[in-house]
Amino acid sequence: MTAEIVVQIFRFGFLALLWLFILVAFRVVRADLLGGRAKRVSAPARSAVASGRKAGRPLKLLRVTAGPLAGTRITLGGQTILIGRADDSTLVLTDDFASSRHARLTQREGRWYVEDLGSTNGTYLDQQRVQGPLAVAPGQPIRIGATVIELHQ
Amino acid sequence: MSAVMAAPQVAAAPPTRRNTELAMLAFACLLTVGAQSIVDLTVTGSLTVEVATFGASFTAIWAVAHLVVRKLAPYADPLLLPAVALLSGLGLVIIHRLDLAEQMDAALDGDPMPGAQAPTQLVWALVGLVLFVAVLAVIRDHRTLARYAYTLMFVGLVLLAIPAVLPASLSEVNGAKLWILVGGFSIQPGEFAKVALICFFAAYLVDKRDVLSLASRRFLGLDFPRGRDLGPVILAWAVSLMVLIFERDLGSSLLIFGIFMVMLYVATERFSWVLIGLLMFMGGAYLAYQAFGHVRTRVDVWLDPFAYRDDAGFQIVQSLFGLGTGGLFGTGLGGGRPATVPFAKTDFIAAAIGEELGLFGLVALIVLFLLIVERGLRTALVVRDSFGKLLAAGLAFTLAWQVFVVLGGVTKLIPLTGLTTPFVSYGGSSLVANFALVALLVRISDAARRPAVVMAPKTDLFDAPTQIVKRTQDE
Repeated sequence: MTAEIVVQIFRFGFLALLWLFILVAFRVVRADLLGGRAKRVSAPARSAVASGRKAGRPLKLLRVTAGPLAGTRITLGGQTILIGRADDSTLVLTDDFASSRHARLTQREGRWYVEDLGSTNGTYLDQQRVQGPLAVAPGQPIRIGATVIELHQ
Repeated sequence: MSAVMAAPQVAAAPPTRRNTELAMLAFACLLTVGAQSIVDLTVTGSLTVEVATFGASFTAIWAVAHLVVRKLAPYADPLLLPAVALLSGLGLVIIHRLDLAEQMDAALDGDPMPGAQAPTQLVWALVGLVLFVAVLAVIRDHRTLARYAYTLMFVGLVLLAIPAVLPASLSEVNGAKLWILVGGFSIQPGEFAKVALICFFAAYLVDKRDVLSLASRRFLGLDFPRGRDLGPVILAWAVSLMVLIFERDLGSSLLIFGIFMVMLYVATERFSWVLIGLLMFMGGAYLAYQAFGHVRTRVDVWLDPFAYRDDAGFQIVQSLFGLGTGGLFGTGLGGGRPATVPFAKTDFIAAAIGEELGLFGLVALIVLFLLIVERGLRTALVVRDSFGKLLAAGLAFTLAWQVFVVLGGVTKLIPLTGLTTPFVSYGGSSLVANFALVALLVRISDAARRPAVVMAPKTDLFDAPTQIVKRTQDE
């Protein structure tokens, strides 16, 4: 039989290694969660937003300014824009923090409104969480997870 | 329709994380071989060459699995395989340890030497690997499974029904008729039925979710489904009761009903389904308690095992003594007497682990399961198609539910039901079927983490903004 001291070393050593495995696994989980997130971009200066608000011309362009899809542009017609991770959305997000059907942009009487479709992590217009339909001003950032969307003339 | 103007962003290829998987797998194999050596050193006092051959074959199995994933599912989740490897490794070590204990008991009593079961289990792991590779190779896109939904349902139900219709001599082991016994081989078709039925549930519910969640009546602040939409739930309930009646298998019956209710809840997001499920479960449980002696025995033993410590409660009492002996840190691998629990290798393997590795070891085991379940549920969140979402959630939940039911039984939290601990328990069918289950999870997680293919921008001439057109003319 093996010496008692060696048995004790085995006993605690194995448990320690077992938990080390779990600890390493948790680090992988953590890296996985944080790695996918794009750097948050600060919202554009207030003055720029305010000046844009005064103009009355219709909005024609949707621009993604931050997040995995940054640089994407969509020309706005009269149709509703559906935003989410589902494949049938107009703007298909690859953002981990977005829901399948996240938000909707609709046009009524020449103004665009953003509406949250019961998403898990919410939609923000500027700093305000979107509860009901909210009118979107030109250049005003709409934030969904790490993605920021702006409407322009 | 507005056209997507530009998707110029060619993102750097996201990390596949295959090297993380390789490192974690190596760690898992190291832990397994270490545990095997500790068992041999503690029990027999010497290391034989068998440890090396065991280590080599175990490592080879996971090396092949890793290479196959690298080739066929390069973006798969990096933690699924290592967690499964460590669980199956721990299972093999504990089975080997129980083999040694049985052989020593037999030597003391002068009985004939019982055959070792750990090598058989290793062969089953190899069969599991073959199925793992086959699933990954044949199912290149998990969405193709949805097309065979009704075939899979049929296969699942037939597999469930076979032991019930076979004569007892070909299907009964220890009072439960859930086996197919052919020429020395025993197969538990229910384990495979489980996976087939989950695929069917996922496809069916994706099809019918709108009807099931939208058509409803409001009552007491909850949305209740219409009577005619209750059909499939009643069917699932009836099937699980049938399993209970004809195969006397409390565990599988509970498993199938639980899986269906949870998948229904995930598909419809209606709390009323959970309520209906709980009510039906309570009704079924009450009926079963009234009608079947073996169910009543289980419940009575659960309520007071020490009153039956010499007969029906012997197993659970031994298990509780084992867990108590183990305490926080366990007796050390090879230091306890886990073989005194009947069926320590199958239903009660958690008791053996609790005795030799203690509460810390048992919790580590549960955390490993939790890790697999978490990766499965995360896959369900991230994957883009509804079928994949529901399938991944269903597969992950199945593991969680099975672990809860079996560990709850062993630790006397709930009445005991005969279910195997996935990946750990001795038993070929369970191991092989769960390898297939993991292969499906790996396949879906590959689809979930694979970067979305960026479509070539379709520019409709009428929608094109003028300044872009101008610029192309200038150049």
